[in-house]
Amino acid sequence: MNVETVVSDSVVPQVESLAHTRIRDCYQCGKCTAGCPMAAGMDAGPTRLIRLLQLGQTEKALRAQGMWQCVSCQTCSTRCPKSVDCAGIMDALRQLSFERGVTTPEQQRTVLFQKAFLANIRRNGRLNELELIGEFKLTTFLSGRSVAFLLKDAALAPELMKRKKFHLLGEKAHDRAVVARIFARCMDNSPL
Amino acid sequence: MNLAYYPGCALHGSSNDYEQSLRACLGALDVQLNEIDDWICCGATAAHSLNQKLAVALPARNLALAESKGFHEMLAPCPMCSMQLLKARKELAENEALRRSVSEIVELELRGEAKVLNLIQLFEAIGMDRLKAAVKVPLSSLTAACYYGCLLTRPPEVVEFDDFEQPRSMEKILESLGGKTVDWNYRTECCGAGMTMASEQTVLDLSHKILTNAQQHGADCLVVACPMCHVNLDMKQPNIEQHYGVKHAMPIYYLSDVVGLALGFEPEALGVNRHFVPGVGRSADLRVSKPAAGPKADAPAKDAGTRAGATAKA
Repeated sequence: MNVETVVSDSVVPQVESLAHTRIRDCYQCGKCTAGCPMAAGMDAGPTRLIRLLQLGQTEKALRAQGMWQCVSCQTCSTRCPKSVDCAGIMDALRQLSFERGVTTPEQQRTVLFQKAFLANIRRNGRLNELELIGEFKLTTFLSGRSVAFLLKDAALAPELMKRKKFHLLGEKAHDRAVVARIFARCMDNSPL
Repeated sequence: MNLAYYPGCALHGSSNDYEQSLRACLGALDVQLNEIDDWICCGATAAHSLNQKLAVALPARNLALAESKGFHEMLAPCPMCSMQLLKARKELAENEALRRSVSEIVELELRGEAKVLNLIQLFEAIGMDRLKAAVKVPLSSLTAACYYGCLLTRPPEVVEFDDFEQPRSMEKILESLGGKTVDWNYRTECCGAGMTMASEQTVLDLSHKILTNAQQHGADCLVVACPMCHVNLDMKQPNIEQHYGVKHAMPIYYLSDVVGLALGFEPEALGVNRHFVPGVGRSADLRVSKPAAGPKADAPAKDAGTRAGATAKA
């Protein structure tokens, strides 16, 4: 059976190119889900998400919760007997579902955090933790309007300060111009 | 021993206690760390999730910086950094066209010479015999659960380090220092990693399971070699205890902390006093062996019966 024939949209090729892996290689043994530390709380674990893609039910896959619980621990990809990069597929599904706007504010946090992270190193060359937290809190507040989430972790700041566990001003690379150029070159025809 | 050093952002930020302890103990072992001039962030999870090119280019720039100074070995004590560096190195070695285009992107020629070591590998290179000979305070009063987490051993084809299901390299180091280690189930399970900010509940759940399992197998501390694992297990431990209504009180040491303690450093010199969960207070406390029947021996762990029937139910 050629499962590709039933795929009616571009989601599967997009997932495959983002994750550098082949959806059709999966023979549904379930080893990925068996070892997944988050599977118990997923509506669809890696096995089922991949099956949905194989069957062309891409809308269901993009609206699933499973990939948003994934912690990228790589256990699934490591144990797959067919070398399918399941963790890469989770990443790709998150990215595509974020782009299509079918995500909840809680789910968006994962992607918003990663975007804030990249924006931060683009500016500074190195991560400025305080700035990142501030920016992340602000963008998630604007998208979800959750005051509780905005204020959560605020109590941590004095505890970290007491332990001198952060760089107050944040370190910066000296040659930030080269960092900006590297980013500009990589952002060219990138999927985002 | 003289090698390049890539600290990464965490070790210069909220995990600066890790850098403090590894600089102290590596200094005592005659390892000279040469911090790479003007290193940049490796891109971490964000780059590999959002932009594949950046995920190669950012680590590649750092590899090229090390190579340009003639270094053939580079220590990256954060497993996220070392995995990203190794992944970029592998992809560049396998694809000449990519190597050329990335060299242009990062404005430095990549030759692919610099090897990347994690902290465990550096101690292995120093050698167990040298470590043993340098021990001033044997760690006989510690019973440690060595915790590897995700990225020290995964993905195995990238990191090519130890057994990815049953690693033993940290245990060997602990045993060389005179410490005891436990066999337990969660040594390569995930702590929640970078979800600390975006989804705290995930971290609380996963890290609680890790701490619980370590305790059930008789450990009185955890040893980690990753700044993110340390954040989740140490900094978040009070939140875990509050959320589950339990008391773990489990000190989380960096691998360099326990090496440093065995070499005779005071905990304060290693930054142990800056952890959230209190660890050993003074070096002298390690010399006093614990009473034979400690609290752990009095109350055998729930699942101890499956491991040692003789001692489980007295």
